[in-house]
Amino acid sequence: MSQQQTKNCITLKGSAQIICEYLKFAINSVLFQRGLYPPETFKAQQQYGISLLISEDPQIKSFLDNLLSQSEEWIVNKKVSKISLIILNVANKEVLECWDFNVQYEEGDTALSKEKNETVGSKDVKKIKQEIRDVMLQVAATISYLPFLDCRCSFDVLVHAKTDCEVPDMWAEAKPIEIANAQNVQLKSFTTSLHKMETVVSYKLVD
Amino acid sequence: MAQFNYLNELNSLATIDGPLTRGPLQRWAKKTNNENMNPGLSSSVQNASNINVSSCNQSMQKLSISVNQSCNNSVLSSNKTPTRTDRKSKKTPSKNKSPGRSTTPTPSKASKTPNKGDRFIPSRSNSNYDLCHYMMSRDDDKNEEFAQTAVGEALGRALTDTEPGRLLQYTCKAPAAPEGYQNRLRVVYSQAKVPSTIKNTTRYIPQSPDRILDAPDILDDYYLNLVDWSSSNILAVALRNSVYLWNAGTGQIELLLTLEGSELVTSVAWLQGDGAHLAVGTTDASVQLWDCETMKRLRKMGGHTARVGALAWNLYVVSSGSRDGNIIHHDVRQREHAVATINAHTQEVCGLKWSPDGKYLASGGNDNLLNIWPIAQGQRYSQTQYLYSFNQHLAAVKGLAWCPWSSGILASGGGTADRTIRIWNVNTGVNLNTVDTKSQVCSILWSTHYKELISGHGYVNNQLIIWKYPVMSRVAELNGHMARVLHMALSPDGSSVLSAGADETLRLWKCFMLDPIKKKDVTEAKAAKSLLNMNSLFR
Repeated sequence: MSQQQTKNCITLKGSAQIICEYLKFAINSVLFQRGLYPPETFKAQQQYGISLLISEDPQIKSFLDNLLSQSEEWIVNKKVSKISLIILNVANKEVLECWDFNVQYEEGDTALSKEKNETVGSKDVKKIKQEIRDVMLQVAATISYLPFLDCRCSFDVLVHAKTDCEVPDMWAEAKPIEIANAQNVQLKSFTTSLHKMETVVSYKLVD
Repeated sequence: MAQFNYLNELNSLATIDGPLTRGPLQRWAKKTNNENMNPGLSSSVQNASNINVSSCNQSMQKLSISVNQSCNNSVLSSNKTPTRTDRKSKKTPSKNKSPGRSTTPTPSKASKTPNKGDRFIPSRSNSNYDLCHYMMSRDDDKNEEFAQTAVGEALGRALTDTEPGRLLQYTCKAPAAPEGYQNRLRVVYSQAKVPSTIKNTTRYIPQSPDRILDAPDILDDYYLNLVDWSSSNILAVALRNSVYLWNAGTGQIELLLTLEGSELVTSVAWLQGDGAHLAVGTTDASVQLWDCETMKRLRKMGGHTARVGALAWNLYVVSSGSRDGNIIHHDVRQREHAVATINAHTQEVCGLKWSPDGKYLASGGNDNLLNIWPIAQGQRYSQTQYLYSFNQHLAAVKGLAWCPWSSGILASGGGTADRTIRIWNVNTGVNLNTVDTKSQVCSILWSTHYKELISGHGYVNNQLIIWKYPVMSRVAELNGHMARVLHMALSPDGSSVLSAGADETLRLWKCFMLDPIKKKDVTEAKAAKSLLNMNSLFR
């Protein structure tokens, strides 16, 4: 981490980067913790002061890289309101679980923004990382109440964008998803002072 | 018209248990009544009631009164009907009225609610009130349109949505999990709360063991079969390289044998119905036959190339299953003991059981297969071609048990990755029932007194579960073992179960005790049955 300046300063771009980095680790964590893919395809990596598992599968990697780089761009332009990670049953395409990452846009430090002539935040990066770590720990703890995924599963990511958002190549409109008898659990949220990230998991309640 | 009215009245009277409101006339009758028949109606009704009374008078005075009353009631209701139809036709005025009426009660209600203080206040941060308000205050037809376009989006989700926008997806999808991959978290989820299907039974089942015996050095190996209980009430237990005999009647313990060198005892099995002869499988790939009355070894039979982990008797034939995947049938009377060798499994044979009628041999292996072998014509050993090979289990099949009262019914249990108990009918080859036990199944026994099974489990609770057959609902769970329940044996009287755990204890559970009252006739029936069995054996 670079030496901190007298006053902390997070640009819009930097904030979006933090958000997307969080998304990358959160999505990978979910894939690992929910046992979607064989555990031997994951590799541990130190991040936010804890070790998190990242998929080594080249296809998953490239999928997430492409997805997140595009999302980052959208987040900078405030085009995205929510990113949903959905877990599907491969056999019948039924949605079993949905992880919603809600993005909210915040003002940041208005005084500093005026001074710098661009929107910036002044939250301590350390503090942000700590908040993210708390969320990550919660994600890992979710397996204690989420139902067992007893089938071959796949995942997909849907981006809830604004209507004026342009659709780039390789992207397409998706249909809204539905989970029968869904149960929602909201995890902790964190904010970079420019973006607020709320994580909600909805799952199919079996009884 | 009058006669129709009369018929209707009679019909309404005939349905005694029906509500009186069912009595009223049909719609067409009401209409005609309304229009101009009113005077006629009253007269006809009078007539009807008169007739009624006269017809009923003779026998039942009381009933006639009630009939009269009901007649009157129905007359009243028929008189009432015009007002009702009035109301219906003038729907709107009544609607207008109702608010006026309801104004009086509402204030009192409103004043009540704050006092109660049990209002549900949802989390405000989660719900978007602007959107909610917007959605509610939108035009009706617009709303409908919206509902049509986004039917999928459930209301709950819609509320958390910030804005109706575009939903985008990246078209290069991530791959699905590889074919055949199984979520390994299954084991973790075995800890999930047991479904509350434990039914109350009238029977008392002690929750703690009747007795606990030490079994030091018992091998913690899923693939072995280290305990057996003879019909003469002697329990054979293999502890590492020794076999001990515990007399359940007297509590006496004797050392039967100790193997030389580093050899270990891997299985024990009593000759059925005799209680003196014990077959012992060892790691030196041989089967030894011991006479427990004289404590002498009778013979040693080789033939395998790896340890013998499973043994099963069928009269004078002992079948042995080995780590080399073979099953050998030894005729213990002959010099050339190996009468048949079957290449049964590709991996270790860990479960082996002859059916009580001796018609089928069931074998379970570490290759996740359960094979059924039919008996060879006129012999006591099986054919070398299986009748069925069931591959439904997803882990090693060790727990095997044949139903004692219904021929051809087999229960089998799978290991950690499978965790199911399956019930088979080998006459038809059908899997009758499957139940997920949420834990490794190490052993299964059928009760001889009750229509129940008992299964021994591993991680996490290391419990014994009693199942009601054939519904497979849980009757009871017996906890106590600190490590997995590796082996089980049923006492010869069928009242207790002995479980051997990896925690080096043997626990005796009196879970199939008979009611003292019922006991008498059951034992009698049993005696008769055993006599029958004897007859069938010595035919």
